[in-house]
Amino acid sequence: MDTNDSLRVASLWHSMHAISQQLSPTTGCSGIELLEADTFDLHCFQSLTGTKFFVVCEPGTQHMEALLKVVYELYTDYVLKNPFYEMEMPIRCELFDINLTQAVQKDRVALLGR
Amino acid sequence: MPPAAPRSGDAIFASVERVNAELFTLTYGAIVRQLLTDLEEVEEVNKQLDQMGYNIGIRLIDEFLAKSNVSRCVDFKETAEMIAKVGFKMFLGVTASVMNWDADGTCCSIVLEDNPLVDFVELPDTCQGLYYCNILSGVIRGALEMVSGNEDGSHLDS
Repeated sequence: MDTNDSLRVASLWHSMHAISQQLSPTTGCSGIELLEADTFDLHCFQSLTGTKFFVVCEPGTQHMEALLKVVYELYTDYVLKNPFYEMEMPIRCELFDINLTQAVQKDRVALLGR
Repeated sequence: MPPAAPRSGDAIFASVERVNAELFTLTYGAIVRQLLTDLEEVEEVNKQLDQMGYNIGIRLIDEFLAKSNVSRCVDFKETAEMIAKVGFKMFLGVTASVMNWDADGTCCSIVLEDNPLVDFVELPDTCQGLYYCNILSGVIRGALEMVSGNEDGSHLDS
């Protein structure tokens, strides 16, 4: 998925998340956490600062919340601590990409056992 | 999956990599001295330290939230306690105390008994009015702004 597609998905999700918070019949709702579709699941984690992390995976994949937590920690390390990263801009930090790939790979190995 | 329990400042401080405290004190001292040389006006330096702190705070808050697993504070009292007990412990290794609450609970002082930034520092008479640790109030201002959006900054007396 290239940058433009990523931005499109992210902005679409941001709006849907905000709308769902307003529409929710339960009080104290903080937005969509899980979207289940036929061909994919979308798990979303929102930090207290409002930054949202979401992962699209195969339907029924377990432990995505833990993965999102790991991604949050990677973000606070490799993105926020990079003085040349401008807040709210697309992330172009190589270390973040490398560590993110490793985390996803480790997760995949743990889940599939290979 | 049940949410993880909040971690104590001690536990987090023990688990991260640390740097020599004196290097930290020297680095901060060098920054303040350079700002005084460049800007000359004590007020300007205070403002610059606050701005630097703000830029740190807006980034630091996510690390604080990620590592400490705290949930949203219900009121300002809880926020102040969280900053003093968990925040300062996690990043500076020292605990602060919260005191001097005003009547409506909107204003307080956070006091650091042992401040690593000011080890060995003595302010000369030419620097009267310099808030040496103003970076800390900027950090708090930036961090709080990211989670709530409407905090008023204040200075710290060393």
